[in-house]
Amino acid sequence: MIARRRLWLWSAAAAAVLALSLWASLTPVAVGSRDEIFEIPKGTWARRMAGDKVEILPSTIRLTLGIRDILVLVNRDDVPQIFGPVLMMPGQSFRLPFGVASRYQFACTAHASGQMTVIVDEMPATPWARLLWRMGTLLRSGRWP
Amino acid sequence: MSRLWLVLLSLAFGAVLAAEPNAVLKAGVFDPARIAPDFTLRGSNGSDVTLSRYRGKLVLLAFGYTSCTEVCPITLAVLARARKELAASGADLQVVYVTVDPARDSVARMHDYLANFDPSFIGGTGTERELAAVRQAYGIVATKFPAGNGYGIAHSSSVYVVDRDGGLRAMMPYGHPADDYVHDVKLLLKK
Repeated sequence: MIARRRLWLWSAAAAAVLALSLWASLTPVAVGSRDEIFEIPKGTWARRMAGDKVEILPSTIRLTLGIRDILVLVNRDDVPQIFGPVLMMPGQSFRLPFGVASRYQFACTAHASGQMTVIVDEMPATPWARLLWRMGTLLRSGRWP
Repeated sequence: MSRLWLVLLSLAFGAVLAAEPNAVLKAGVFDPARIAPDFTLRGSNGSDVTLSRYRGKLVLLAFGYTSCTEVCPITLAVLARARKELAASGADLQVVYVTVDPARDSVARMHDYLANFDPSFIGGTGTERELAAVRQAYGIVATKFPAGNGYGIAHSSSVYVVDRDGGLRAMMPYGHPADDYVHDVKLLLKK
């Protein structure tokens, strides 16, 4: 009786995983916004001056064509900031669209390596690619796309 | 009645054009655009080159050095091709190329180098201090590294777009084709 119940539970779990995988691979990826936004919060400069090590922009940013392919940088601090490849004034934003899947290198003094990399992937077009893309995004960002 | 139809058709056509997704620049856009930091350097044409003197024209502002073997020849060739493709409207476009290597980039050397790409391109050179101030104002990185018997300079490779009003409007990262420049220049010259 217990063995049969266990089998039933395992079967239900396997069916749920299969259904989720089918959904993740067959449903086209749709997002409300294609912006990947990074903001320098107000007070960042003061925190840095106080000795805090504030890292806002990762040294590698991953984007996907047609889904999230616009890099948006916003400086909400009170002083100009070098943010990625650009010098930004207080209150200014910089919106950079990507149209070609590739690996982009930018000189960036905000990182110890002096470089910032943006990797732009092709839009996942096949069911398998969609499944991999969704799982990869879930693992990287913790959010289900 | 036919006039009314004509007006309605024009309005509809205008709305379609306004909604055209290509109306977005291919370059990265600053919002709001600040006034491009002004500078005066020694120009490769023999006279001073002052950025604000180009108000009314669209300026593509690049930073590099004539001994650069990887980035600058490609960027300048792309800009030359874009200007050629723009044909008549290319006259409203000015390419300004500021050196990050004043020790080697004399006025004469920059003149000869730029003439290989497009004789209308203007180079700017100056003292190390003057050029450092310009780089700081634009957030340009330039770091020397040993190469062969001499040195090379790793430098920011993006091209700044300064609009007709002198606004630092956009920045085109390295690697974009001439068509993207043509697209953006046409859009910005229309405004």
